[in-house]
Amino acid sequence: MRGVGHAKWAACAAAAVLAATACGGGGGGGDAGAVLSSSWGDPQNPLEPANTNEVQGGKVLDMIFRGLKKYDPKTGEAKDMLAEKIETSDSQNFTVTVKDGWTFSNGEKVTAQSFVDAWNYGAGLKNNQRNAYFFAYIDGYDKVHPESGEQSADTLSGLKVTGPLTFTVKLSQKFSTFPDTLGYPAFAPLPRAFFDDHDAWLKKPIGNGPYMVDNYTRGSRMSLRKWEQYPGPDKAQNGGVDLKVYTDNNTAYTDLMAGNLDLVDDVPAAQLKNVKSDLGDRYINTPAGIIQTLAFPFYDNDWSKPGSEKVRKGLSMAIDRKQITDTIFQQTRTPATDWTSPVLGEDGGYKAGLCGEACEYKPDEAKQLIKDGGGLPGGQVKITYNADTGSHKQWVDAVCNSINNALDNDRACVGNPVGTFADFRNQITDRKMSGPFRAGWQMDYPLIQNFLQPLYYTNASSNDGKWSNEKFDDLVDRANAETDTAKAIGLFQQAEEVLRDEMGAIPLWYQNGSAGYSDRLSNVELNPFSVPVYNEIKVG
Amino acid sequence: MGRYVVQRLLQMIPVFIGATLLIFLMVNVMGDPVAGLCGDRECDPATAARLRHEFGLDQPVWQQYATYMGNLFTGDFGTAFNGQPVTELMGTAFPVTIRLTVVAILFEIVVGIILGVVTGLRRGRPVDTGVLLLTLVVISVPTFVTGLLLQLLLGVKWGWIDPAVSSEAPFGELIVPGLVLASVSLAYVTRLTRTSIAENRRSDYVRTAIAKGLPRRRVITRHLLRNSLIPVVTFIGTDIGALMGGAIVTERIFNIHGVGYQLYQGILRQNTQTVVGFVTVLVLVFLVANLLVDLLYAVLDPRIRYA
Amino acid sequence: MPDQQQPYEPERAVAGTGMGGQMDLGASEAITLEKAPESPDGTGPQDRPRSLWSDAWHDLRRNPVFIISALVILFLIVISVWPSLIASGSPLKCDLAKAQEGSQAGHPFGFNGQGCDVYTRTVHGARTSVAVGVLATLGVAVLGSVLGGLAGFFGGTGDAILSRITDVFFAIPVVLGGLVLLSVITSNTVWPVIGFIVLLGWPQISRIARGSVITAKQNDYVQAARALGASNSRLLLRHIAPNAVAPVIVVATIALGTYISLEATLSFLGVGLKPPSVSWGIDISAAAPYVRNAPHALLWPSGALAVTVLAFIMLGDAVRDALDPKLR
Repeated sequence: MRGVGHAKWAACAAAAVLAATACGGGGGGGDAGAVLSSSWGDPQNPLEPANTNEVQGGKVLDMIFRGLKKYDPKTGEAKDMLAEKIETSDSQNFTVTVKDGWTFSNGEKVTAQSFVDAWNYGAGLKNNQRNAYFFAYIDGYDKVHPESGEQSADTLSGLKVTGPLTFTVKLSQKFSTFPDTLGYPAFAPLPRAFFDDHDAWLKKPIGNGPYMVDNYTRGSRMSLRKWEQYPGPDKAQNGGVDLKVYTDNNTAYTDLMAGNLDLVDDVPAAQLKNVKSDLGDRYINTPAGIIQTLAFPFYDNDWSKPGSEKVRKGLSMAIDRKQITDTIFQQTRTPATDWTSPVLGEDGGYKAGLCGEACEYKPDEAKQLIKDGGGLPGGQVKITYNADTGSHKQWVDAVCNSINNALDNDRACVGNPVGTFADFRNQITDRKMSGPFRAGWQMDYPLIQNFLQPLYYTNASSNDGKWSNEKFDDLVDRANAETDTAKAIGLFQQAEEVLRDEMGAIPLWYQNGSAGYSDRLSNVELNPFSVPVYNEIKVG
Repeated sequence: MGRYVVQRLLQMIPVFIGATLLIFLMVNVMGDPVAGLCGDRECDPATAARLRHEFGLDQPVWQQYATYMGNLFTGDFGTAFNGQPVTELMGTAFPVTIRLTVVAILFEIVVGIILGVVTGLRRGRPVDTGVLLLTLVVISVPTFVTGLLLQLLLGVKWGWIDPAVSSEAPFGELIVPGLVLASVSLAYVTRLTRTSIAENRRSDYVRTAIAKGLPRRRVITRHLLRNSLIPVVTFIGTDIGALMGGAIVTERIFNIHGVGYQLYQGILRQNTQTVVGFVTVLVLVFLVANLLVDLLYAVLDPRIRYA
Repeated sequence: MPDQQQPYEPERAVAGTGMGGQMDLGASEAITLEKAPESPDGTGPQDRPRSLWSDAWHDLRRNPVFIISALVILFLIVISVWPSLIASGSPLKCDLAKAQEGSQAGHPFGFNGQGCDVYTRTVHGARTSVAVGVLATLGVAVLGSVLGGLAGFFGGTGDAILSRITDVFFAIPVVLGGLVLLSVITSNTVWPVIGFIVLLGWPQISRIARGSVITAKQNDYVQAARALGASNSRLLLRHIAPNAVAPVIVVATIALGTYISLEATLSFLGVGLKPPSVSWGIDISAAAPYVRNAPHALLWPSGALAVTVLAFIMLGDAVRDALDPKLR
């Protein structure tokens, strides 16, 4: 996952996982056979579980697959789904027992082998799976997915099937919360049909979730229907979902107003001011596990030299987050006061106010801090963003105006758009940034570890600013090895304080999921990954 | 005439090769597309290398081009990043866009020319001023706004149309999008016709025709209009590209999955195969369109001859 | 030759006779019109033959349409050079607290979505927009009509090559061209944008000019002049150009408006003018999605664009009329 942004194409997001759990269950009106229509974006990659790293493909996987774990749509807590139990004594060797009685929608039984085959496929270099790195903790990954050259093994040596419904996982290092990551769709089981006739499977994917694919027209629509024999507890409360591809979320919104569409899970920013009058209370706006930040190029001496943390802190204090989230985002974002997300909950490691005054709008102090830190490098900061996805220009301009007003200088901050997302990424990868740039994170799974390690650990895959701090790394290592959850979280929060003192990235705001729906629907909710909980929706 | 057409058709070969090469290089210059495929995370180097190999990006440009052209002659236009063959994308996108373009061109021809004739015959009168004001509105208000407002008004408020066009995109649903798409070109066609009419109405042959006592309708359509159409026809010929490949905004507003959209996506994702494939077809469309325009010159003005 | 006769006058006169109203009268009206210029009641200095171009200038000076449009354009140029003459504030001074607010004291046009003063931004945006519109149009018109005119006049291989080049140019998507050609340029001036528009815009004018020249060269007087041994350059400049220029003027004046919008499209793609540039196009495209809530933020820059285009359309009309000997 990654990144944020409401842009469909942004590669943003990670897949969301999700789904709802059996919370609702029965009761309440609604026509159990009625089908609802929902907006969709064309998935960027082929719809394989380990190959889907954006939210639109994730939406479908969430409906047609169930994994060992599933995140509670309300709390985000990882609960057993297909897992009977996952046991470990050393946080490194895990024994997984799969529940009996699950099948794929084509009748094939879900066994331990279904998982092991799927994971081996996902990790295999030759299969070009974008999410292969999810399997990197499993022993033998370096053979299946070497850094260069051909893979020397087809299967992960850390995975062993020990019975029809049991298998063992050996990790290459201690990772106490590993079981909680297994709700991510990359870890879904795959039927034999996936391997036997791959092309046919891609045209009409077969899974083990509450819905099955009835019809899929690439680039325009997908019809999903309730799978009546679904063995799980979270059966679909409606007859099915028709996903319609919209290339512009504004069109989807207009279609919703015209009564041609039931659910839009991405309300365009420009319409947020009108949702009350257009939809009344058929609008939801709930926190999601997404945070937006400004990263800095720490490979550039201007930003790594001593004293530059004062400049970064000053910039942070020059941003009036409240005003921007209220005005530009109409409260679909919340000013950030730490580097995680409220969806983790206090127990999960979210700590409001951890950032302290460094995230408060204090223009006078900001001015002084920047002066103390040696002033803005070159007298001006340019905030780089990609112009092709999302409406980043708006908030970047607003952030710059806020900084300019605080510093009393019309040109202290300017936006610096880059034409394409690929070019933006290339500039990051090639270390060509010279000032702050847009960064964001959509969680893969609701763990504080996921908000810190991939982003700020030395050389982590999404550490775009190449921030590096030994103390931080050490605290994260200790936290991962810690088997007591509360203690682990305490260590992660200490690491976060190190990040704050160095201002390794400026937290901007937490992003909410927002959705509007027609009066045919009820019980519409978004899970912490900002994906609608389809199986709970009642129609009629 | 026959020889002229054959000659023009033969010219298509070098143009075709030149255009594909040019577009190929342009997409190539944009840089490495693989970085955009892994989301906000850096692709792991091994996967990135595999992807580059799969898309043939690890070869020198000239070799990529040669391979591409070789495949092209066997009808293989390559594959988009999401695994869909480009021919399949073209198969769904072009029919829709062609229908949309036809609607737009009909608007240009029918509405544009009628307005042009009326205003050309009544220069300075209220109808002329009214049309001029409309022209200004069309030029200065973005298509995006026009489309959005029409969509809200006709689609939501009055319920006359569906705001989004279905994936089958029949002609009926394309009328409003076609009008929006044609709006700016309508302004050109109207003013071009108006000017030509105003100019030609004073020419000798019109005077002669009137002096002969021909009915005015006949004078206007056979004599005046026919001779005024050359600039208009030329313009419409040049406009086909803007209509087919550049309907990005219109296609987005009305959710039409056409050429503009595919091309735009292909460009932003730097997918050489998609972009070159679509542009290649567009170049062919232009070549044919401009050949037709040149032949039309001779029809409209018999003094023009092609050897 | 009643050279003081203004082009619009006869039509108004005709309208005044009560003959107007029905479309079918249009043609007969044309006859009346044509006769008027022919009547030999001219009292101007027709004994002193003037060139076509000085004739045209003589006409223009007395044409109120020309005078008004020229004054508007002059005004635009003045505020482009000295925007602070009428708007002293900074266009970059924005207060988000006032976002989308309407007109109020000291801020006649209200505020845009970022809380910037729309009046100040509209005035200050003139420089970029007028520069892009006028210079790009001039570039396109000159390059396009010269190349297209020559191709149409001489025909043959040169024409074939030029026409095929334009075919290729037409097919290059603006988005692709912009991302490729402009993204490598770091200069934040209007010149790369203007250059880009000229590069992609000339083929259209070129084809229009070519078509017009092909028609114009068939005219009897051109054939006659040729038979009399007129040189090619004389034929082109003296006989063909004045008769072929009308469509070019029409297309160019409208294109001027679309180029101003195109600049915004390029900025939107992240390859045009970078912030903190101010232009009508940038403000129009920023305000467009919010038209339901803050139409004023769209109205004023769009209005400024409309007035500019109107001025140039009228100017173009006046110039065209002045160049049309049949109107004289």
